[in-house]
Amino acid sequence: MASADPAVDRTAYFDWLCRLGDNCLVLGHRVSEWCGHSPVLEEDIALANTALDLIGQTQFWLGLAGEVEGKGRTADALAYLRDAAQFRNVLLVERPNGDFGMTLMRQFLFDAWHIEMLRALQRSSDPRVAEIAAKAVKEVAYHLERSADLVIRLGDGTDESHARMQKALTSLWPYTGEMFMADAVDQAVVAAGIAPDPASLRAAWGQTGAEGMGAGTLSRPEGHFQHRGGKTGRHTEALGFILADMQFLQRAYPGGTW
Amino acid sequence: MYAQMVKAEGAKSREEMTEQERAFQDRIDRGEKIEPKEWMPEGYRKTLIRQIGQHAHSEIVGQLPEGNWITRAPTLERKAILLAKVQDEAGHGLYLYSAAETLGVSRDELLALLHNGKMKYSSIFNYPTLNWADIGTVGWLVDGAAIMNQVQLQKTSYGPYSRAMIRICKEESFHQRQGYDILLKMCLQGTPAQKEMAQDAMNRFWYPSLMMFGPSDKDSVHSAQSMQWKIKINTNDELRQKFVDQTVPQAEYLGLTIPDPNLKWNEEKGGYDFSEPDWDEFFQVIAGNGPCNAERMEARVSAWEDGAWFREGLMAHARKQEARRAAARMAAE
Repeated sequence: MASADPAVDRTAYFDWLCRLGDNCLVLGHRVSEWCGHSPVLEEDIALANTALDLIGQTQFWLGLAGEVEGKGRTADALAYLRDAAQFRNVLLVERPNGDFGMTLMRQFLFDAWHIEMLRALQRSSDPRVAEIAAKAVKEVAYHLERSADLVIRLGDGTDESHARMQKALTSLWPYTGEMFMADAVDQAVVAAGIAPDPASLRAAWGQTGAEGMGAGTLSRPEGHFQHRGGKTGRHTEALGFILADMQFLQRAYPGGTW
Repeated sequence: MYAQMVKAEGAKSREEMTEQERAFQDRIDRGEKIEPKEWMPEGYRKTLIRQIGQHAHSEIVGQLPEGNWITRAPTLERKAILLAKVQDEAGHGLYLYSAAETLGVSRDELLALLHNGKMKYSSIFNYPTLNWADIGTVGWLVDGAAIMNQVQLQKTSYGPYSRAMIRICKEESFHQRQGYDILLKMCLQGTPAQKEMAQDAMNRFWYPSLMMFGPSDKDSVHSAQSMQWKIKINTNDELRQKFVDQTVPQAEYLGLTIPDPNLKWNEEKGGYDFSEPDWDEFFQVIAGNGPCNAERMEARVSAWEDGAWFREGLMAHARKQEARRAAARMAAE
């Protein structure tokens, strides 16, 4: 337990921590759906490992969110007993798995953002945030190394693998902008020195993305439209089904000990 | 374990053996390990490939019934533990396919045999996981039965298999404990509904777990040769008895009833008497008629076929890179 909370609106801070935690939780859930079904045994292992890291990070972020909120909610209570409108993850991470190319591209686009966010958070004014980021950044460096490597190799593989990766990129591109859009919640944590301005991560993200796409001979999609809503609780239809799955036992057997 | 009814090749008496075969048998009898490049009878090699291959397939098919509950695990901690466990199973598959490769068969060849139905995996994975207590029960009973067999296989005569088993056993005992821990929570601290779930899981998994050891010794035609080669150390019935004796007090502690009216301590033999599983059911499951055979095979075959573009893409990239390096070398010369 660290000292007093930094000077920041508690509701905004809670919301912002849920954004971090929910991104990890929902993406971890999606990745874990592949278990036993991936194209090759090494990928089954890599996917389980990635999901495991993300669930571990969820425990830290949502645990801290509960602490900041101060109403006695644990990470589990937040994960299992909120409905979709209270979830704060970006829409990108709840996109369906699609084929393995879609799953990898979603991972790459997210990892390239995640690493920049965590690097910046290591300098957070809240030492609790800095500590979690320092641990998570090491794991996410591996996630990015793997996803970038596979995006490059598949982009520059066969005609089919190239076409699949390009299709995945085109389809997911409109869901990337939300990661860089700031609202009042972001402004509050930025002002308190807790977190970086989301827009400030775009240049480095763009650089990582451009390198991956370039080496993978993929083209950046045209068009500027970007979906938004996940960060404020307005989700796609997909999230309801994720939660129906994830929360089933806690909802059906209230008061159980697991 | 996860090797059942592995057909052994070439049972020969000492008199029928060639000098080379006798020398090989002498090494085994002295407890020496056989290593990959050393001479071995063809039957020994083939039997091992069947056993290790079946074991490896069981590990990867075994991801499916447990993976079935990862997205629905009831807490973040349980989810993380289950993910780690299923990841371990995939890792076991990897060690075992590698051990089989040292006998001259590739992973792709073994997978092709699994996919066309010529090789099997353990019958247990053809049973469904229907509630969360099944995940506890699979860890406790199924991994428990597997360990019973694998502990002895650490002493198996083939070096790479023995070394893989030593590693696998360490992880499996964690798996068994995590399974039992799930049930401890549900049975001793949980609600009546949770305890009911646990009893339901016990009722469904007890006999299929007993089947994991394979048919009774009197019907187990291949055991003798495998034991002579020390590919197998204990008989099916010995292991089954040991498993029952170990499990009954654990069930009692949980307050669960073992679904066998004939289960009774036998002072004279120093072990429990118990009912045999329904062997007709076992042979039906082996023949492909278990509750989940079709789904399990379809899941594995689809994963492989749907992933073909991925594997080909990576191979194509590797060839391009190689060509680029060759061109760069030429240009530099």
